[in-house]
Amino acid sequence: MTEKNTPLWEVFIRARNGLSHKHVGSLHAVDAEMAMQAARDVYTRRGEGQSVWVVRSSDIVASDPTEKETMFEPTGSKIYRHPTFYDIPEDVGHM
Amino acid sequence: MPNADLKPETLFKYVLRLADDQLILGQRLGEWCGHAPTLEEELALANIGLDLLGQARSLYSYAGEIEGKGRGEDDLAFLRPEREYLNALLVEQPNGDFAVTIVRQVFHAAFMVPFWRAMTASSDETLAAIAAKSLKEVEYHLRHSSEWLIRLGDGTQESHRRSQDALEELWGYASELFEMDALAEEILDCGIAVDAAALKAEWDATVNAVLERAALTRPADSWSQSGGRSGRHSEHLGHILSELQYMQRTYPGLSW
Repeated sequence: MTEKNTPLWEVFIRARNGLSHKHVGSLHAVDAEMAMQAARDVYTRRGEGQSVWVVRSSDIVASDPTEKETMFEPTGSKIYRHPTFYDIPEDVGHM
Repeated sequence: MPNADLKPETLFKYVLRLADDQLILGQRLGEWCGHAPTLEEELALANIGLDLLGQARSLYSYAGEIEGKGRGEDDLAFLRPEREYLNALLVEQPNGDFAVTIVRQVFHAAFMVPFWRAMTASSDETLAAIAAKSLKEVEYHLRHSSEWLIRLGDGTQESHRRSQDALEELWGYASELFEMDALAEEILDCGIAVDAAALKAEWDATVNAVLERAALTRPADSWSQSGGRSGRHSEHLGHILSELQYMQRTYPGLSW
C-alpha cells in the first residue's frame, strides 16, 4: 500500500478520567475507522487507555521551527509571569 | 453438574472442541508475525491471535478439570495426536493471502459473537464466565475483520477479486460451525451447550450485511466439508501441529 492510500494519523490517548489526552505516536491507515482500530491495536495493548483520539497528521497546524525566536523568545524575559513572588504561609506546605 | 446422567467425557469433548477452534485459529494468526502487510496489521493480527490463545487456555484448563486425569492445559494443547483435535476445518485452513485470512476471521467471529453471547446463559458457570470475557474480544475481532473485508471488497480491482476468491475458497467450511451432532445435542439438553444450528440466521444476517457493504457476492451453497468435530482433518492440521507441538515434544515439560 502506498503512502497516498494510507496517510499518517496522530494518536492521542487519555489514560484515566480527569487526565487530558496525550500524544502517544502515529500510524498509517486508510481512513478514520481503520485508524481508530489500529490505534487501539498498536497503542492500547497494555491497558493504557480509556479514550482514543486519532487525527490526520496533515490536519495539524504546526509552528514553524524557523520562527522559533519570534514565537518563543519574548516570553523568556517576562519573569513576572511566573508566580514565584508570593510568600506562601508555612501551613500551606508544598505547592 | 445439572444432569447426573451427563458423563464427564461427553462434556470434556465438547469443551475440547471449543478450545481447539480457538487454539488452532490463534496459531494460524500467529503465523502472520513478521509477515503482515503493515506494522499496524501485524499487531492487530497478533492481538487477535493472543485473545484466542487466552480463550483456549481457559477452556483447556477447564477440560482438564472435567476429565480429572491430571492433564493440564499444556498436555491438552501440545501432547495430543492429530485425530484427537476436534476443531472445525475452517480454522485450520492456511492463511493464504491477506483476503483469505480476513474472510476466515469474519466467518469465525460472526459465529463466535452469537455463540459466546448465548453461552453466557449456560447452566455451567465456568463456561458462562469464559463466554462473558470472550464475547468482548470476539466483538472486536468481528469489527476488525468486517471493516477490512468492506475495504478489500470495495477497494481496488485486485483486492475485490482476491476477496471474492477467498469467499469462494472458504464458503464450504462455514456450515460445519452450525453442525449439531448427538454429543452437542446431549449437552444442549442439559442446559450447558449452545444450539449452534440456531445461530445460522444471525450469522447469515451479519455476513450478508458485510458482503453488501463490501460489494461482494455471497457464494452459492454448492459444496461443504466437515469432519473436524470427530477428528477427521484436512492435510493442513498435521503441519500446524508439528510447529505448535515442537517445543513440548523436544523438551517435555518445558514451561515459561
